[in-house]
Amino acid sequence: MKILVPVKRVLDYNVKVRVKSDQSGVDLANVKMAMNPFDEIAVEEAVRLKEKGTVTEIVAVSIGVAQAEAVLRTALAMGADRALLIQTDEDLEPLAVAKLLKAVAEEEKPDLIIMGKQAIDGDNNATGQILSTLLDWPQATFASKVEVSGSELLVTREVDGGLQTLGVALPAVVTTDLRLNEPRYASLPNIMKAKKKPLDTKAVADYGVDIAPRLSVLKVTEPAKRSAGIKVDSAEALVANLKTAGVL
Amino acid sequence: MAVLVIADHDGAHLRDTTLKTLSAAQGLSGDIDVLVYGEGVSAVAPQAASFAGVRKVLTAESPELKADIAEAVSALILSLADNYEAIAIPATASGKNFAPRIAAKLDVSLISDVIDVVSADTFTRPIYAGNALETIKTSDAKKVLTVRPTAFKAVTATGGSASVEAVSAPAVALKTRFVSDEKVTSDRPELGAAKVIVSGGRALGSAEEFTSVLEPLADKLGAAIGASRAAVDAGYAPNDYQVGQTGKVVAPDLYIAVGISGAIQHLAGMKDSKVIVAINKDPEAPIFQVADFGLVADYKTALPDLLKALG
Repeated sequence: MKILVPVKRVLDYNVKVRVKSDQSGVDLANVKMAMNPFDEIAVEEAVRLKEKGTVTEIVAVSIGVAQAEAVLRTALAMGADRALLIQTDEDLEPLAVAKLLKAVAEEEKPDLIIMGKQAIDGDNNATGQILSTLLDWPQATFASKVEVSGSELLVTREVDGGLQTLGVALPAVVTTDLRLNEPRYASLPNIMKAKKKPLDTKAVADYGVDIAPRLSVLKVTEPAKRSAGIKVDSAEALVANLKTAGVL
Repeated sequence: MAVLVIADHDGAHLRDTTLKTLSAAQGLSGDIDVLVYGEGVSAVAPQAASFAGVRKVLTAESPELKADIAEAVSALILSLADNYEAIAIPATASGKNFAPRIAAKLDVSLISDVIDVVSADTFTRPIYAGNALETIKTSDAKKVLTVRPTAFKAVTATGGSASVEAVSAPAVALKTRFVSDEKVTSDRPELGAAKVIVSGGRALGSAEEFTSVLEPLADKLGAAIGASRAAVDAGYAPNDYQVGQTGKVVAPDLYIAVGISGAIQHLAGMKDSKVIVAINKDPEAPIFQVADFGLVADYKTALPDLLKALG
């Protein structure tokens, strides 16, 4: 079985988000970037399936600026076999990303695509579902457990009110939720080895798909700040304050 | 232009999320139809029909729709899409699962997690876990939106008398099989709709402690129980309790955070609450920066005291 894992380079989740004063976007200059955490979980799951012997090859793909090579190297160090960077300086919408990934899937013919349920920059939670639709492959989103069972994949999903288990026929698209696994840290020898693993670079134009933006960003602003309130010194004082505030 | 609102319901009642999505849809158009799919639609449809401004209620039933299989739900909505300029879907786990499929088939860009309808083609939505808000204008003729319920007030005006019309679900060759559901049942209010939420963090130390500490307070206040990601990851609470960027986004009248430090991703899920109370023994915990009332104390003494003070 072959797995394709799309990964995105995003602002590191520990970095404080700063909105640019001209309201044109979030300041990404000279800040630490990293692999989208949900995508790390996807890479980890692919590697675990390979370690179980179910999977023979893992291909990591990223769409983004030249520096996105770094997140692909991370995926290779975690255990992916080879990588593909589709280089672009444009910030693509999920629809365009999914169209490019569809083209990649048609070339690579994986049995399974595992990807993060959302990227922590745009927070769209859309690319996996769109890709599943365009490929006409079944989808299993927000996965907290993945099990291969013959030609079917059993996926337990985090849904409103609890969990749901679906059986999806392969090939399929799975998106990861937080509790699917805890991604490993790549060891130093594996980081060294990853430098020698194959990494291809292509241009968006090589795929001939429509990536024209449909949305224009009019402004990006900071949310209204919540001001810190008061400290109270006892449970009685807390109750009195809550009564005054009209919430008890 | 007409808008189709997709109803969220529990098989007997419309959820609050639907009433809030209706409110967002009113910012787009006066002509609103509501689709109720799944099971129990005959009980739920009249509730939707009773709201002022609803033109028509459509219903559809099938085993696949009942199981909320994304492929089946999106095929149903697409079969109706020609009649609408916009489709508004509550941004629940269910809605987030199928909404992008509709946008993909219509070849439009999904607009997810809308918190403000600026005009018929311009919307505001949170990005970076709510640490920034973007206002975007779409050039697509048809709009597919998911609506963040906590950002809108529920519609209240009734007196409508919309017609109810059954539609047939299109046949779909599914490659997905429903296996099982494990739903958490509870007599408490749902997190998304609760007026009061009592939420616990990793400081509670165990699943037993989580339950024994938070339940009496939640019972007293008629509150829903929530949890931080750390508490869920540690197995103290089920995943459905998680409040935060990747869990549920809530905005109750009163949010009481017990032993929660206040990681950015948790704050993203509750900072729009009307009144926030933080109980934490660490005076430097970031949760105090957003709390209206902070009590620096060990929950082990503070919660019994609080119960006593509540009488």
